[in-house]
Amino acid sequence: MDCDKAYVRMYRYLDGEITVWRRWRITRHLDKCPPCAHGYDFEIELREVIATRCRDTVPDDVKRRIAEAIEHAYKEHQAAAQPAEPHQQPPA
Amino acid sequence: MADQARFAELAMPYMDALYSAALRMTRNPADAEDLVQETYLRAYRGYGGFKEGTNLKAWLYKILTNTFINGYRAKKRRPDETELDDQEEFALFRRIGGLEAAAAGRTPESEVLDAMPDAAVKEALEALPDQFRMAVLLADVEGFSYKEIAEIMDVPVGTVMSRLHRGRRQLQARLLDYARERGLVPEAPEPAGQAAG
Repeated sequence: MDCDKAYVRMYRYLDGEITVWRRWRITRHLDKCPPCAHGYDFEIELREVIATRCRDTVPDDVKRRIAEAIEHAYKEHQAAAQPAEPHQQPPA
Repeated sequence: MADQARFAELAMPYMDALYSAALRMTRNPADAEDLVQETYLRAYRGYGGFKEGTNLKAWLYKILTNTFINGYRAKKRRPDETELDDQEEFALFRRIGGLEAAAAGRTPESEVLDAMPDAAVKEALEALPDQFRMAVLLADVEGFSYKEIAEIMDVPVGTVMSRLHRGRRQLQARLLDYARERGLVPEAPEPAGQAAG
C-alpha cells in the first residue's frame, strides 16, 4: 500500500464502502504515514463542515401549510369514500 | 388512504432534512417549499405502498428526488452550472494542508474550514451540476450508503461513485476559490506538492 493507492481509495475508505482487507491495509498505511493521515483527517473535517453547515429549518408557516394540505387530502378521500345517503337531520 | 396521524408521526420529523435538501436542489426557498409540500402529499397518497419498518427516510428522499427531476429541474434559474474540468484531486487540502503547509506558516486547515460561513458552503454545493450535487448531498449531508443513493437516484452504484468523486472534487475546488478570494489561503499557482511517498 503506497501513498498513491491510499489517496485513490480515500473516498471509499471514508464512505465505509471498502473491503475489510483493503481497509486494514489503508489503516496500517495511515498509522505509518503522517501526510496521508493528515489528508484523511482533513477530508473527515471537511465532510463534517458540509454535513453541519448545510442544514436549514423549515419555517413554521410552511410546516403548518403542509400539515393542512395532508389533512385536506385525508378529508377529501374520506368524503369521496362515503356512500351516497340522505343527510341526517338532527332531532327537532 | 393512510392513517393521517400515523403518517404524520413517522414522516413529519424528516421535514427539516427534506427542506434542506430541497433548498440545495432548487436553490430557491419558494420552490423548495413547493417541492417539499408536493413530496409530502405524494408520500401521503402513496403511503399504502410503503412497507413499515423499511427505510422510510430513503423512501421519502426518492419521492423528493423524483418530484424534483420531473417538475423543477427544467427551471434552471442560474446559468452558472458549468462543470469544472479535471479538477485537481483534493484541491483544497493540497493548497492548505499537509506538513509542508504547516512548515511554511500557512493558515492551518481547520481555521480555513472554520472561517467559511454556512452560506459559502451552501453556495459551493449549490453551484455543482444537478447530478453531482444530489449525490454529494445524499452522501455527505444525509449519510446514505452508495446502494441507497443508487436506489434513490435510480442509477448503478458505479455511477454513484463517479458522481460522488467528481462532485466532491468540484466542491473542494469551489471552496478553494472562496478561500482564495477571502485571502484565507495564498494565491499559489501550483499545488502544495504531492503527499510524501
